[in-house]
Amino acid sequence: MKYKDIVGNIISVGKTTTKRSLDYQQVLAKYEKSKLTKILENMLKNRFLDEEINQLIKEGIAITEHSNFGQEGSQTVAFSLLKKEDYGVPNHRGWGWAIGKGLDLKRIMAELMGKKTGYCQGKGGPHLADRENNLFLRVGIQGSYISLAAGIALGLKMQQSNNVCLCLFGDGSSNAGYVHEGMNIAATNKLPVIYFCENNLYALFTPYLETTSVADIADRAIGYNIPGYIVDGMDALAVIEVMTEAIKRARNGEGPTLIESKTYRYEGHTAYDKFSYGGYRLKEEVEEWKKRDPITLFTQRLLESNLLTSQELESLKEKIREEIKEAVEYATQSAYPEPEDYLEQVYAEKEVSF
Amino acid sequence: MTKEILTFADAIKEGIREEMQIDKSVFLMGEDIHISNCTVTRGLIDQFGKERMKLMPISENGFCAAAVGASVTGMRPVVEIMYGDFILVASDAIFNQAAKLRYMSGGQFHAPVTYRISLNGMGGGAGAHHSQSLEALSLHFPGLKVVYPSTPYDAKGLIKTSIRDEDPVLFFEHKLLYPVKGEVPKEEYLIPLRKGIIRREGKDLTLVSYGQMAQLSLEVAEELAQEEKIEVEVYDPRSLRPFDYQQLFASLEKTGKLVIVEEDTKIGGVGAEIAATVAEEGLFLLEAPIKRIAGKETPAPAGKYGHSFVVPSKEEIKETIKEYLK
Repeated sequence: MKYKDIVGNIISVGKTTTKRSLDYQQVLAKYEKSKLTKILENMLKNRFLDEEINQLIKEGIAITEHSNFGQEGSQTVAFSLLKKEDYGVPNHRGWGWAIGKGLDLKRIMAELMGKKTGYCQGKGGPHLADRENNLFLRVGIQGSYISLAAGIALGLKMQQSNNVCLCLFGDGSSNAGYVHEGMNIAATNKLPVIYFCENNLYALFTPYLETTSVADIADRAIGYNIPGYIVDGMDALAVIEVMTEAIKRARNGEGPTLIESKTYRYEGHTAYDKFSYGGYRLKEEVEEWKKRDPITLFTQRLLESNLLTSQELESLKEKIREEIKEAVEYATQSAYPEPEDYLEQVYAEKEVSF
Repeated sequence: MTKEILTFADAIKEGIREEMQIDKSVFLMGEDIHISNCTVTRGLIDQFGKERMKLMPISENGFCAAAVGASVTGMRPVVEIMYGDFILVASDAIFNQAAKLRYMSGGQFHAPVTYRISLNGMGGGAGAHHSQSLEALSLHFPGLKVVYPSTPYDAKGLIKTSIRDEDPVLFFEHKLLYPVKGEVPKEEYLIPLRKGIIRREGKDLTLVSYGQMAQLSLEVAEELAQEEKIEVEVYDPRSLRPFDYQQLFASLEKTGKLVIVEEDTKIGGVGAEIAATVAEEGLFLLEAPIKRIAGKETPAPAGKYGHSFVVPSKEEIKETIKEYLK
């Protein structure tokens, strides 16, 4: 499906493809102002954090970064819609999922720098996790999360929980065997999981169509007999709308949903990727996508609908920049783990009692 | 204490049944577990229903990872791997995900999953993709515990402890042991995962073996006592990781000689690990070089006839010991 055909629509795939045009005023009216501004705040936090990390890397601080500039309207929004008790299962791209799930910038930054005050006590680094917010570990094996998330959803269903699981993946990892195995298990058992694919058109340095048999990953839903949707990932409101429906389905026990969010990664695969602008991607293509910047688009909608004033926006940005500054300070000043800390947490401290 | 005679397979089943009765979060996952190719879980569905017996597709990597996911929500999955060979298919789920979750998350998440690995297909002879031994491979992953029982009594006590353990446990079940009968108490008991057992006392040498080879070695030891007046002390560690070296060192102090018998191949094997640790920490307990009797360096041939040439036989163990003591 061409991106121009997706703009402003939610497309449902299946035996017949249906297109639903969004009325933005109607969508905006459905949600509380505080919820919408919180989502914008998370998107801004995500972007400013990526900017700050880029700066730190330039200064020589070692951080594993796969930025998600351009994808803030997609993953960041999706994870912002979960309750604290809902499970989030992230992938490697960006920190939008962490911010959306409610993690604290200070402890994120500390973990990224490998400090003991970080979420994983400095042993996870980019592999963030937060038990308190039910954010599962950001694992390092592509596609594995699809099956891990199916298991989380199985556990939730067996305990008759009302909570759901949101699992993020990309167009690249959509081709892993794990994806097929996990989606089949989730669909067969009608598990409360939402599979959210960010199709940003590139798997590392490779255009996804070079290695992927379908143009729309959402089409794979047909093979699992579950609903599949294509959504404009640059448009936060469209993502809010489709995610809200998928979460409702999962909570109601109606099973999994596959959502494909068409989006774009402004920068390279990592901060060290020198080929993303004019190399394996045309500069013109990158600039074209930037014209529909998700933060600009969402901000405009909120401003036009009087849900936000320019003054509020400025003070929000100011507040976030301050928070990020504090986070960097906190992380920089935090200590590394002690050498013996690296030898712990391999096994449980307590063995089975007799 | 009341006792009953149970097969190895039924002893595991009774252990699982007890844990499922005690703890509602214990449930089973695997292929065909309602009928159970290896008979262990056969019949449990009548008591626990499909709700606690989750039939899984032929997707070992997928469902072994799903078990990790379920475990972080508070469930305690007991996963059956129909043929041990399939842990190679599920290797990411077991060795990357289950094993490392606690460490990578700084102790926030962990995976209390028991992987029951039924190996040596059809009692050997099912070929290189259904009859190999893979316990040595599984030793190499910090975060995993590896258990390998050889008697019905141990199998029941160890499966119960494995299910209650907060770490992922690889529980190896040798298919040739399933019909072996033994006394099992009706009262509840548990066996710790770091405690070996001296199966037979002897003064002439210490033989270390586990699983089906421990049974075979015990038979050889009895024959050697009768035929040759050689007294072999047989030590069965029961858990390979953690490994109870204290009992082994105590035995070596008495005998000064060490023979290790394993079905898995020799290079990079369990015996290599035991020998290396003894050399590092207990070299001066030894009066003679260490001897390893292991599977041949080939994939498992098809057919019982061929298979018998690549795994240690009673004759090979007996002759090697006689030669070693000369």
